[in-house]
Amino acid sequence: MRPRTAAPRALAGAAALALAATACSGSDEPSGEAAGGLVIWADPERTDVLQPFAEEFGEANGVRVEVQSLPVDDIQGDFVTAHEAGSGPDILVGAHDWIGNLVQNGSIDPVQLPGDAAERFDEGAIDAVTYQGQLYGVPYAMESLMLVRNTELAPEAPATVEEMVETGTALKEDGEVKEVLGLQVSQTGDPFHLQPFYSSAGGYLFGTDDEGDPDPSDLGVGTDASVEAMEKVAELGEDGDGALKRSIDADNVNALFERGETPYFVTGPWSLAGIKDAGVDYAISPVPGFEGMDEARPFLGVQSFFVASGGENKVLAEEFIVNNVAQPELATALYEADPRPPALLEVFEAAEADDPDLSAMMEAAEQAEPMPAIPEMSAIWDPFGKAQAAVIGGEDPAGAVSSAEKAISEQIG
Amino acid sequence: MARQSGGAGAPKAPAPLPGARLAPRGGTAGHLVKAALLAVSVGVAVWAAIPLAQAGNWIGLAAVAAVTALVFWIYLSKRHIPAKYLLPGVLLLIAFQVVPVLYTIGTSVTNYGDGHRGTKEQAIAQIEAASVAQDEGAGDYVLTLAARGDAATGELVFLLTGDDGRVLAGDADGLEPVPDASTGPTGKVTAADGYTLLTAAEAGERSEEISEMAVPAQEGTGIRASGLSAAYEGRATRVYDAGCDCVTDTSTGEVYTADDERGAFYSEDGRRLSQGWRVGVGADNYARVVTDPGIASSFFSILGWNVVFAAGTTLGVFVLGLSVALAMHTRRPLRGRTAYRLLLVLPYAMPAFAMMLLWRDMFNADFGLINRMLGTDVDWLGGTSTARAAALTINIWLGFPYMFLIATGALQAIPRELVQAARIDGAGAWQAFRNVTLPLLMVAMAPVLIATFAFNFNNFNAIWLTTEGGPFPSDSPMAGTTDLLITYTYRLAFGGQSAQYGYAAAISVFIFLIVTLISYLSLRRSAALEEVNR
Repeated sequence: MRPRTAAPRALAGAAALALAATACSGSDEPSGEAAGGLVIWADPERTDVLQPFAEEFGEANGVRVEVQSLPVDDIQGDFVTAHEAGSGPDILVGAHDWIGNLVQNGSIDPVQLPGDAAERFDEGAIDAVTYQGQLYGVPYAMESLMLVRNTELAPEAPATVEEMVETGTALKEDGEVKEVLGLQVSQTGDPFHLQPFYSSAGGYLFGTDDEGDPDPSDLGVGTDASVEAMEKVAELGEDGDGALKRSIDADNVNALFERGETPYFVTGPWSLAGIKDAGVDYAISPVPGFEGMDEARPFLGVQSFFVASGGENKVLAEEFIVNNVAQPELATALYEADPRPPALLEVFEAAEADDPDLSAMMEAAEQAEPMPAIPEMSAIWDPFGKAQAAVIGGEDPAGAVSSAEKAISEQIG
Repeated sequence: MARQSGGAGAPKAPAPLPGARLAPRGGTAGHLVKAALLAVSVGVAVWAAIPLAQAGNWIGLAAVAAVTALVFWIYLSKRHIPAKYLLPGVLLLIAFQVVPVLYTIGTSVTNYGDGHRGTKEQAIAQIEAASVAQDEGAGDYVLTLAARGDAATGELVFLLTGDDGRVLAGDADGLEPVPDASTGPTGKVTAADGYTLLTAAEAGERSEEISEMAVPAQEGTGIRASGLSAAYEGRATRVYDAGCDCVTDTSTGEVYTADDERGAFYSEDGRRLSQGWRVGVGADNYARVVTDPGIASSFFSILGWNVVFAAGTTLGVFVLGLSVALAMHTRRPLRGRTAYRLLLVLPYAMPAFAMMLLWRDMFNADFGLINRMLGTDVDWLGGTSTARAAALTINIWLGFPYMFLIATGALQAIPRELVQAARIDGAGAWQAFRNVTLPLLMVAMAPVLIATFAFNFNNFNAIWLTTEGGPFPSDSPMAGTTDLLITYTYRLAFGGQSAQYGYAAAISVFIFLIVTLISYLSLRRSAALEEVNR
């Protein structure tokens, strides 16, 4: 579920190339622009929620508002391509880690929140949508990895990775479960899901520059700290505790937990609906760190609204974002459609009382760090993921990490 | 045919070409069809011309006009008979083959990609727009959009209500107080003499004008709108100066100079502004492909496996498909023959995408069906040879029904008497098959086999959806051991990073050359076969 940005963007890129190649033969673009109206692009999950608000806004202001649904994996690439062709929407709904790429392509504009409006949002969410000192989006929801446990199998939240593995292994040896831990690794690795453990063991991806943004010139992959961190991760791997396995991937990890075949599941809010449907008794806690090491710092993802720089109706787009998204009604509706911690503090506080999961999710999100939004981040996923998969499969961490570092450096240039 | 049509000037000659039935001199139906088709081509031309003219793309417009004129010239003329047959195909060939290839080559000598998409002017505008920051300490205003005179055409004015409730009118020249304005509870102006307040829809019509307006306030700052009801005082902290062709960051004093070779602004210590533009880079992308140490070290091993994969698949589907076809091709009554055939064709009828993903999960080491059924504990997709075997198995399973269909058809076309004659002459079953059936089969099968080979040489999905090119040795995260050239280059160009179309295009050109070479060799091979069979 969690978008690994690299592959979809690449596919979109290939499509864009094909599009660009045919564009010169005179075919006109899909008309995303309703004259004098407002066009919003969102993924299918949000469009239904947005529709009534869009209509209300349209009626109140006497304009036509259209919410268009795009597949979540294509939306960023399509947006950049459409912007280039001059046929993009006015508003884009998406994840904060797109900002770097959207900005380098000049496709979104900074947003100015009036007065102290920013203070009504969660600080981490505002940090995440701030890039190169500018606020680029208005956030509405946050998500981060957390530890979901099956309370029948593991009643207590583990304080450390060691404790978790110990409980899981004991259950496995008793034949109660098949796997110690549900964490998607897959044959090609998954740095997003491994980030809590990698960061706890002292690894980092990028250093921080003066503005507080990730610094592409300070690559953490390949440093001694990263090798040591991967050595620690290897202890959980196939030649170690067997808690991390390449055979567990995005396609089977949900089923593992939902069928009660593993007591622990490292995942995000997106898996909760399935877990509830399966009727598993669960509880949420932050992903634990290694004993005596740093706390686990998963990535924080922030969903937000962006103003397209090429939109025909920028003024209305800004109005919609500043005066609707920053208001509790829309944020509440979005929360109810897809329960993830809302970025607006008052919405969070109102919802917290009814939803015990929410404060637990928020607690898990508190130790999270915003996922780097710099474009260089996209060079990390593929090579580093493969290095991690190799290490988990039992190969030498130093060699794997240094080849990943070489591949990444070559791409960042 | 060409020789005949060369003499088509002779009026009494019998119609030499099949299509001529539609266009005999005086045939009303023929004329009508011809007029209708020409009308359609004019329609298409107009449909294409309008957006081109709107976009000011005069070269494109000229091309459309020229092609339309050519169509008319050829089809209205009594001569040019071969051209009448060739033209549609040639036009489509140019539009869908030649132009994309040329476009790809054109792209390959630029740095086109993320961060280098537009022109320099666009990049400068984006840099300045992205640098507008609210002035520290400067207050916010409640904004009411208004115009002097008519709402649609009158001069645009920002009516600004400050914290103290005073209302100012701001236009391109600066600020002036509006003493007699009345404001609502939120601070929005509800009426002001001499000003027409804009509704949201009216403001929407003038959106571009509003977003570009900056009312001069203090030195270097402007009051800008943020939506319909808020305004802030801010300044662009990055300003372009055409004199030095550089961008100066006024908050840090840093100067970024334009580098027209790399298509971005660079500071002295080598940091760049992220918004760049598209420039020509000559053969740089090609040089990068050729000199990349990763490519150099893995190219031949990938090429080797690629050939093995394509040849292995072709051989596998041929042997399996033909065996099954032979088994079904018995004269003895076989109950449920149709049902068997239907079952055999099933893999071919199911969506290959879904099947590949299903197979990938069946090969999963811990949860896969294969290990469970065999009672083994093999990490299929984690080891080189097992992953290769898995990829081949999947691809053969998906491909053999097609070969089975072709072989079935071809077998039925071979007279059974030939085999019987061979048997009477004393040939064994194998000999009869080897020396009579197979050579006759190959007449029909050889072109299909060549096509199968060529298709599987570039069978992106078969690898990408199953092994993703993996497993990846820990020392080469970019080149997996089941990678084909096409998956490998795809990963190089797009896989791990943001889009780099220029580089991707250069790689595509290399693939194009390789595929061209293979196609050429295959065609020569099939031509040779034709010679044999003639």
